[in-house]
Amino acid sequence: MSIPGQQAPGGPEPILKVKGLVKHFPITKGLLRRQIGAVQAVDGLTFDVLAGETLGVVGESGCGKSTMGRLITRLLEPTGGTVEFQGKDITHLGVAGMRPMRRDVQMIFQDPYSSLNPRHTVGTIVGAPFRLQRITPEGGVKKEVQRLLGLVGLNPEHYNRYPHEFSGGQRQRIGIARALALKPKLVVADEPVSALDVSIQAQVVNLLDDLQTELGLTYVIIAHDLSVIRHVSDRIAVMYLGKLVELTDRSSLYTRPMHPYTKALLSAVPVPDPGRRIKRERILLKGDVPSPISPPSGCRFHTRCWKATEVCKAQEPPLVALEPGHQVACHHPESVPEPVAAVSTV
Amino acid sequence: MTAPLHDTGAETAAVDVTAGAPAEAIEGRSPWRIAWIRLKRDKLALAGGVVVLLLILVAVFAPLIVSVLGHPPNEFHEEEIDPLFSVPKGSWGGINSDFLLGVEPRNGRDVFSRIVYGARVSLLVAFLAAVVAVVLGTLFGIVAGFFGGWVDTVVSRLMDLLLAFPQLLFIIALVSVVPDSLWGLTGSGVRMGVLIVVIGFFGWPYIGRIVRGQTLSLREREYVEAARSLGAGRGYILLRELLPNLVAPITVYTTLMIPTNVLTEAALSFLGTGVKPPTASWGDMLSRAVDHYEADPLFMIIPGLAIFVTVLAFNLFGDGVRDALDPKGSR
Repeated sequence: MSIPGQQAPGGPEPILKVKGLVKHFPITKGLLRRQIGAVQAVDGLTFDVLAGETLGVVGESGCGKSTMGRLITRLLEPTGGTVEFQGKDITHLGVAGMRPMRRDVQMIFQDPYSSLNPRHTVGTIVGAPFRLQRITPEGGVKKEVQRLLGLVGLNPEHYNRYPHEFSGGQRQRIGIARALALKPKLVVADEPVSALDVSIQAQVVNLLDDLQTELGLTYVIIAHDLSVIRHVSDRIAVMYLGKLVELTDRSSLYTRPMHPYTKALLSAVPVPDPGRRIKRERILLKGDVPSPISPPSGCRFHTRCWKATEVCKAQEPPLVALEPGHQVACHHPESVPEPVAAVSTV
Repeated sequence: MTAPLHDTGAETAAVDVTAGAPAEAIEGRSPWRIAWIRLKRDKLALAGGVVVLLLILVAVFAPLIVSVLGHPPNEFHEEEIDPLFSVPKGSWGGINSDFLLGVEPRNGRDVFSRIVYGARVSLLVAFLAAVVAVVLGTLFGIVAGFFGGWVDTVVSRLMDLLLAFPQLLFIIALVSVVPDSLWGLTGSGVRMGVLIVVIGFFGWPYIGRIVRGQTLSLREREYVEAARSLGAGRGYILLRELLPNLVAPITVYTTLMIPTNVLTEAALSFLGTGVKPPTASWGDMLSRAVDHYEADPLFMIIPGLAIFVTVLAFNLFGDGVRDALDPKGSR
């Protein structure tokens, strides 16, 4: 599928191209491990990540965000579709084939407690990328590790300490230093701040922001917190049950969400001002997210959507650009602009 | 926009804290050092550890100790035996300044020397059998846990099979068919070799199960994914990421396995399927004492005490090690 409007003429080149990405986890039963079904965690994602931008990915728990992140960093093997990084197809590369790619694509993990090996010192953890990639940085591994620790706001003298001696926020900084060690081009951050205290979240988010400016990084940031996503992202992708439902730049998503699901999500963001809270329309979705083992037919959101009609049950809405740079997969989108108005607003 | 994201005040405060840390040598306390500090506080475990250390020294320097304080372990001293009742002359099993723990009924061998040499057999079999069990258990456990699938199924069923196996009967049957010389060893050497291999072989599933379980949980940790995202292969993940985290449970289980092995060796020697006489062994001494326990109860009490003290010391030490390494605090 072509993506009109996403590559504005003269705009930055896509660094990552994802087409029809699918991941089904088989469910097996019995001694012979006969497959009786599949968890359709990610079911046909198509999007680009432009060089230098931050793409935010939001969605409820279990919608496939993390699976998507692990697919594009190739920690998981896609069931279908293609992942292209800097023009090279990396969809089915093995461990050895991916090794050179690993320098350019790095990951920041969610849980700062489980993402650092408790038996390794900080120096070993942040120095591991150099050892694994057989790179000797200028001035030696130790010096480079200390520089990285300084870069993420940690004391370089803490080189010999163990992870348990650090707080959650400091641990996440260690994880960031490890991800940045090889000067990657693309960093995928899977819920980088959701395990941290709110006050620490701000520090880490701002650190990620500063590092992006300093090192010219491209981010894919996966989160369920809409405030975090809004703060960091240039463009935002909204996922529901393994599919993209809306993909657009930050301001149009927050001001004029077109997909009913996005609208419901945004209405759930807490408002700190009680005066405004009363006036706001709060959309409460009925029921739970359906099981990804047997997702609903047609539009996957139709079981909970207040605008659903017959066509939603029967036909799956394609992800199309309803205005330049604003892709939505919905039969009954909200606030669709007039054809003329569309051009002027972008 | 929610306010906390712009709360830069918190950031500067935190940076100041890190920068304000003492500038002189900042040294990390490794998990092992913390465990050692905890162990040092545990008096009971420390006492167990001291006894264990003494026992090892006794076993290692057995010939030296015996040459100074005793008589060769297989030397007969019939002059110490009352010819009428074939029990040691004098009270308390013939204890005197020459024979520190008395003499054996009938042939008058020095009980002290035989206890000292018995420690050798006991600890050697117990340690080496534990080594066999640890090597096999770690290898099979980590492979089963890491690779999962049919490999896990095969290894797990094998472990179930071995755990359900009547090992004592099997060892008794096996020993009776083992030739007198094997693997370049003769006599007692063969018996000890067989004991080590067999006790170790039946012991590995206990360690294997623990290692498999730990591996299953550890391989899902994000640091394994982090290593993979850096391009690490399976070997690196197994050896550098998983194994260091398995050392603690393996250490704990090994120290708790050794006393079990001491007991097994003693039981087998008692039944006559352990080391071959005249090699000294605590279990063998106990079985000889059965004939004389009314006339010379001390001859039964002394090897019994030796086994008891050894097992107790290892158990206390092992419990202390487990508490010190505290698997719950391994984060």
